[in-house]
Amino acid sequence: MTEEPEGRLRERVVGIGAGAEAVQARELATEDMVLNIGPQHPSTHGVLRLRLTLDGERIVSAEPIVGYMHRGAEKLFEVRDYRQIIVLANRHDWLSAFANELGVVIAVERMLGMEVPQRAIWARTLLAELNRVLNHLMFLGSYPLELGAITPLFYAFRERETLQHVMEEISGGRMHYMFNRVGGLKEDLPYGWLDRASGAVADVRRRLPDIEQLIAGNEIFLARTRGVGVLDRETIMQYGVSGPIARASGVDFDLRRDEPYLAYGELPVKVVTRSAGDCNARFQVLLEQVKVSLDLADACVERLRQLPPGPINQRLPKILKAPEGHTYAWTESPLGLNGYYLVSRGEKTPWRLKLRSASFNNVQVLRELLPGNLVADMVAILGSMFFVVGDIDK
Amino acid sequence: MAEVLDIAVRLIVIVAAFLVLPLIVGQMEHKAMAHMQSRLGPMYAGGFHGWAQLIADGVKFAQKEDVIPAAADRRVFAIAPAVALVPYLVVMVVIPVGPGLVGADLDAGLFFVLAVMGIGVLGSIMAGWASANKYSVLGGMRAAAQLMSYELPLVLAASSVAMAAGTLSLEGIAEQWRWWWLPWQAIGAVVFFVAGLAELRRPPFDMPIADSEIIMGPMTEYTGIRFALFMLAEYAGIVVLSALTAVLFLGGWQGPILPGPVWTLIKIFVLAFVVIWVRVSFPRLREDQLQKLAWIGLVPLALLQLALTGVVRVLLA
Repeated sequence: MTEEPEGRLRERVVGIGAGAEAVQARELATEDMVLNIGPQHPSTHGVLRLRLTLDGERIVSAEPIVGYMHRGAEKLFEVRDYRQIIVLANRHDWLSAFANELGVVIAVERMLGMEVPQRAIWARTLLAELNRVLNHLMFLGSYPLELGAITPLFYAFRERETLQHVMEEISGGRMHYMFNRVGGLKEDLPYGWLDRASGAVADVRRRLPDIEQLIAGNEIFLARTRGVGVLDRETIMQYGVSGPIARASGVDFDLRRDEPYLAYGELPVKVVTRSAGDCNARFQVLLEQVKVSLDLADACVERLRQLPPGPINQRLPKILKAPEGHTYAWTESPLGLNGYYLVSRGEKTPWRLKLRSASFNNVQVLRELLPGNLVADMVAILGSMFFVVGDIDK
Repeated sequence: MAEVLDIAVRLIVIVAAFLVLPLIVGQMEHKAMAHMQSRLGPMYAGGFHGWAQLIADGVKFAQKEDVIPAAADRRVFAIAPAVALVPYLVVMVVIPVGPGLVGADLDAGLFFVLAVMGIGVLGSIMAGWASANKYSVLGGMRAAAQLMSYELPLVLAASSVAMAAGTLSLEGIAEQWRWWWLPWQAIGAVVFFVAGLAELRRPPFDMPIADSEIIMGPMTEYTGIRFALFMLAEYAGIVVLSALTAVLFLGGWQGPILPGPVWTLIKIFVLAFVVIWVRVSFPRLREDQLQKLAWIGLVPLALLQLALTGVVRVLLA
């Protein structure tokens, strides 16, 4: 049987000679094989484990087993004060550290009823978009690698390096920026940084076609991804899949447009959607989102140039206590919806901070997606779920 | 006495070539791939641009512990790398690099080459089965399935040249070759080269190895010198495939100005570069997609080439 581009299975009859009659009379006994993909496996990007039952190379059932990297982030939130939890929140999805910090500080600021300075809002928006590009570039490189194309990874990392330079200059960190503070950002932007940032954005935009032309139109890539791992709208709704994966199946939902936070309300956020819902559509959405984010970053730089000088953060009391109450702050993290449900009893630590991470919901759908596919397609599908294991296990 | 000496010299040269050429191709892959990916590749071993990197790798491999899994079929596990490697050495004996410059000129050279090269895949299947590892078994099964798809186009494409030259001797074929064979046998050359890539399990047909899917396929459990032998077999395979393509379809040692053997080497390395280039730029196919490619692409093309060869031969006669 061959998988056609449209995803239908087509039976192909093959003559196997006269000797076959001896075999056909009594069916050869076959046995299912249980194959553990992971916890240590090159295509799980960490310690995700998939328990597959295989009939030959075809997957009969699949069960994602999570928790190998559980670090107890939610429990730790309860014993750290509001300045300290930013550094913890920063780490669960290590590819979108800035976006993670953002959710926490937005939740705390909302509880405090704190106004954030204009410059901080725009700078945060800019950094969040740069972080989104960094995250997406990682997957634009690693996904082809999973399909056996080794070169796009190096191109993607070259672009990441360009952007990481400006991020490093501003925050000192290359992955875990820790640049958000309750009430704004840690420090003002360095002199001339905006020029360097827009230069980096221009460089990435100029060189992005290298990756696109190398892989996006490649016949083998299309053959491996088109019609493979089709995720329908219904399943997405049931499993709470979000982000680029949901948008690749035509779910037109993006918090940046639909429930604007930061400065997104004043920006023309173009929501990228595809209708096919297959691996190729997911890859296309990611690629397209990079372009959109680069445009948004440019718009933010423009606005930051025009803003009058002013503070970039708020003076905070020595002991920061959120008033009693609760709030839910969700943001459009690069991988999907990232939400923090903050419950405070007026102490200097949260009473509870529930973390709704994107990857956790996104990988659960593998149970529905994988059965019926080949092991080779399993890798194509797994890679196209764009997950970070830390974000699954928290 | 002179005869014995002659044979001895030929064999020594062949063994030396067998050990050196794959290393050069490997080093070429390191460097060419690195520069295509905006990297430098090895830069330290040996001083000048890391020229001794593969020698250093070999020394490291030789020093490593030879681990055989407890559940493995020990004897099969141990001889599998040799089964994968030796056929390429044997094939090298009959490939001519210049007129008369050949280990042994067989009348049925082409037949011999195709038969012996087919044995190499057994090494992978044996390793896959003997390793007592599920990934290895999957890899071995994939190697066996792959065999179904490349062997026929390979033989059909090669037989077209034999038909054109009217001989099965590799030296005879290269001697008969004229420049207009290039367009005449172009389809056959492409089919032969593509099927050869599948035989070598090189990208885009590296499904039996597929490090991101089944770790390293049959080689998953191998370490040290045995693993090195598998790697050597892969690169020796590239040399053999390039040399065969050069001799069958590109006229072997024929070319202006430069001496014959130099031309053969140039053609071999250009083709080896193409093998590397393909690895850098393509993702991996799926097993069933390769079979589809072979049965509804390569086989009909090879048959078309065969018909074309026949028609032109008849018209010329």
